[in-house]
Amino acid sequence: MLALIVFLPLAAFLAILLGAPARLTAVGAAALNLALALYAAATWHCPCWIFSEPVLAKPAIHLAFGFPDGMSVVMVLLTAIVTLAAVLSGKAPEGRETLYYGSSLLLSGGALGAFAATDLFFFYAFHELALIPTFLMIGILGRGERRAAAWKITIYLGLGSIVLLAGLVWLANLTGTFDMGKMADAGRIDPVAQKGIAGLLIVGFGTLVSLFPFHSWAAPAYASAPAPIAMLHAGVLKKFGLYGLLRLAIPLVPDGLQAWLNPLLLLLLGNILWVGYVTVSQKRLDLMLGNSSVMHMGYIFLAVAALIAFPENPLARSAAIVLMFAHGISIALLFGLADRIERCTGSIDLADLGGLGKSAPALAFMFGIAAMASIGLPGLANFAGEVLVFLAAFKSYDGTSGLGPVQVTCILAIWGVVISAVYMLRAYRNIFQGPAGTLTSSAPDISLTDRIPALLLIIVLLAVGLYPNILLNLLK
Amino acid sequence: MNHLLPWLLLFLPLAVTAANQLVLKRTGLAPIVSVASALATFVLAVMLMGTEGTAAFAWASIGDFHLDIGIKLDALSTGMMLVVTGVGLAVHVFSLAYMKDDEGKARYFTGLSMFMFSMTGIVLADNFIMTFIFWELVGFSSYLLIGHWYQKESAADAAKKAFITNRIGDFGFMIGILMLWGITGHLTFDQMQPGLQAFRAANPSIWVGVVSATVLCIFCGAVGKSAQVPLHVWLPDAMEGPTPVSALIHAATMVAAGVYMLFRVQTTLGTEVFEQLPASDVIAWTGGITALLAALMATQQDDIKRVLAYSTLSQLGYMVMAVGFVAGDAGMFHLFTHAWFKALLFLGSGAVIYACHHEQDIWKMGGLVKKMPLTTLTFAAGCAALIAVPGTSGFFSKELILDAAHKAGSPLFWVGALVAALTPFYMTRLFVVAFLGKHRSENAEHAHEVGPLMLVPLGLLALLALLSGYSFLNRFSPALPEDHSDSIHLNIVSGISLAALLIGVLAGWLLYAGKEKDPVCIPLLRDRFKFDWFYDTILIRYFQNFLAAVIHFFDEFLINGLLVGGLTRCAEGIGNVFRRVQSGNLQAYAFAFGFGVILVIYLTVFI
Repeated sequence: MLALIVFLPLAAFLAILLGAPARLTAVGAAALNLALALYAAATWHCPCWIFSEPVLAKPAIHLAFGFPDGMSVVMVLLTAIVTLAAVLSGKAPEGRETLYYGSSLLLSGGALGAFAATDLFFFYAFHELALIPTFLMIGILGRGERRAAAWKITIYLGLGSIVLLAGLVWLANLTGTFDMGKMADAGRIDPVAQKGIAGLLIVGFGTLVSLFPFHSWAAPAYASAPAPIAMLHAGVLKKFGLYGLLRLAIPLVPDGLQAWLNPLLLLLLGNILWVGYVTVSQKRLDLMLGNSSVMHMGYIFLAVAALIAFPENPLARSAAIVLMFAHGISIALLFGLADRIERCTGSIDLADLGGLGKSAPALAFMFGIAAMASIGLPGLANFAGEVLVFLAAFKSYDGTSGLGPVQVTCILAIWGVVISAVYMLRAYRNIFQGPAGTLTSSAPDISLTDRIPALLLIIVLLAVGLYPNILLNLLK
Repeated sequence: MNHLLPWLLLFLPLAVTAANQLVLKRTGLAPIVSVASALATFVLAVMLMGTEGTAAFAWASIGDFHLDIGIKLDALSTGMMLVVTGVGLAVHVFSLAYMKDDEGKARYFTGLSMFMFSMTGIVLADNFIMTFIFWELVGFSSYLLIGHWYQKESAADAAKKAFITNRIGDFGFMIGILMLWGITGHLTFDQMQPGLQAFRAANPSIWVGVVSATVLCIFCGAVGKSAQVPLHVWLPDAMEGPTPVSALIHAATMVAAGVYMLFRVQTTLGTEVFEQLPASDVIAWTGGITALLAALMATQQDDIKRVLAYSTLSQLGYMVMAVGFVAGDAGMFHLFTHAWFKALLFLGSGAVIYACHHEQDIWKMGGLVKKMPLTTLTFAAGCAALIAVPGTSGFFSKELILDAAHKAGSPLFWVGALVAALTPFYMTRLFVVAFLGKHRSENAEHAHEVGPLMLVPLGLLALLALLSGYSFLNRFSPALPEDHSDSIHLNIVSGISLAALLIGVLAGWLLYAGKEKDPVCIPLLRDRFKFDWFYDTILIRYFQNFLAAVIHFFDEFLINGLLVGGLTRCAEGIGNVFRRVQSGNLQAYAFAFGFGVILVIYLTVFI
């Protein structure tokens, strides 16, 4: 069953290559896949979702999918939701529909495969598969300095992937299996090897999630990428690194991660504070959103760090998952709407805009919700994730022995909540408020068809934000 | 406790917000529905008076850990609900007239309903995370309403400033909540005290320091929301919002939420604990300094709403000071009386502004008593309560705060007494300049009395401003000191405050009666002690923006340029080699990639 969810976008991709109507096929496949993903979310405990087909006998590699726990379900659901929104949001340049929609589907299929795979080989390979359309779309259909951006992301993520590969191969070598479910059975890994593997995984996965200081690829790539690619990569594919840390590193090399805890805390503060202030100084909405997305990864890393520091901490794990999901939805919404802003005004430069709320009230309303979600307003999904992260970081604090490194990091990280409000409200102020200028006074509002994907994402943000147990119940 | 009513009280305004936003805003029904909802919540609040109990549902559950949305009904929360819904109803009705020609009317009433929902949540919350949730939502509603006229630069800036300043306070607040959770092991108010006692018993030497630090972090939240120095700067700017909003949010309810929250913490953890904490002194001094600085700034404002805004700051300072003297019940009583008379004053100023075609400068008013006698009468009642004329509600509540300061033997008593003289001074100035004498502008000359939709709320609030200190009304106060009486005794405290009142009124009258322009000019006070200049120029422009630019520079040229650029050049070298082999198209890349991966894994694992 699960293989159907993974291969449906890939089949639709092939159909488009063979000449099926691109947009229709893409939207149809994405909608069907969302229905399947929702069905999967309702019934994921059923063994019927497990799929395994041997590919290679020696070494034993299987094309295997399954839901080892609720985290995979949530990630699959996130992918399906963002995919539908992305293919609905996009407007392909004349004559490039095949490439445009095909790439989105390929990316989606790769991400689904990576999150559903239970075999280490396909876990890695599907992610790499999803990166290819990312690079190509930025290089071919990107805006601005697309070639530089494409090169940068290719090299960064390529190097990150190689480091990651080294770590994964080492892991497979020590455990003697590619079956991710059986790796833990091989017994405790020797501490020295743990430390090495943990370091490789943090750098490898970290680069893919734009962990400071390996973050420079993200903002230019997202600013340049066509909207659906920015939505899918920032919203979904980037979470692969965090997913990988939670899926593999935490259970398999816990002692090794302990050794890297303090450096990780410093790096995640780099994401939140350093990149936070970089975000403040951005003058273009797309670069600002790209940097904000890098910044907010710091909070998910904080949850990972809390999980490393106090392994018996179910709060941290759930917090990370909720925040991955929430950030994925909200950043996809922001990138989608930023594209609408550019399309209806012709500019993305904060200094050029202003007063757009008057001529485009629906766009202003939707962007407002997205901005508020991103700065952690309660009632929208991101807040639930953030507050759980903070609670997770303070789980072991009891007042008697002072604040530990994780708590101190958490306190500094909470300052990021102020930084987010500064840049997000400044952007909103500059785009939608104040007197209307030449670009904005007669700009058209967001069209009815463009509202559908935005509303889809807003409903999800509200549902999870108003009642986080909707999502948390999946993790039981 | 009846289980349906409190939930209805909480969620009805949310339902109305959603209905307005989704459907009703196009039909013109939004204002009526919002007013009906305000009336319904007021009736519910009255019905819930005197009930006690709790109810909760799990909002976020992870294993056996739960974050709840819960309701706690007790004298404090039901009394506060009466204030919130009472002022809320008056403001809703008043707004029907005040906003009737505004094109964003539906949006405005939607915002008001959103605010009522958020404020109700703070008041009814039975745990700290829920308080924080609604605390943020209140800030958001305030952002929406301050920025109602968002095309105006100043309104848009004020909304942003309010939100961000509140966020700075909430930074501390969140840390405080987390620490308190760590210390007591609970987030629910009812369970905190045993946890704290256990912590105290186990850590006799450090508990005072740890709990003080925690309380101070929590206090940061109140400093933001209740606009205490140094985070007070957003409140005067918030006057950019429509005037009824100022009455409801920025005078009576939201800004009082900080005091309410502090008092909730004080009663939850125990007053006996607070008496031992050095944090209490910090709270008292913050309140006292705010009361004094704000009163000084109020004396030199020309905008009628800004005078009232600084006055609000000053009165909030009194309340916070009372909490610091562990006399939070006196502070809550002052919150109760202040809510009525300050809402009255703001709505009265709204009526004046409306009648004078949106003129807000008191020096361009004058002579309004002849044009708008009923409004003037109610405004005078509000003034009387604010300056604590004996027998009015403000007199009784302020007396209790000064009493507490006197009993504590703190020099803050004299600060309080000074504020008690400054308040009648600036209010006399306001009243004399705006309402008496000759009209000084066309707008004032053509002013005429407002209609019944405005006068009825004003009249009712005026009655409350005068009478809510007496026992038939003050028993509805969220809290009341036990030794309180509603008769006037002459003692050292009341003697000093009477003297202050007389000096203030007399000085105001002598200086301002019959004047055409302000005879006093103190630049430091007009510049609001340079707080805004310091924040805008030093902290925001030079510190924050400069810091951001420097970090951006290093990010671009150090991390991106040198550190990573070096790696990139290496990779480009390799890339060049590969490029000769690779055709660069999708299929070839994918194939090579997959093949390469398999090869690498195979070689590593098996050879």
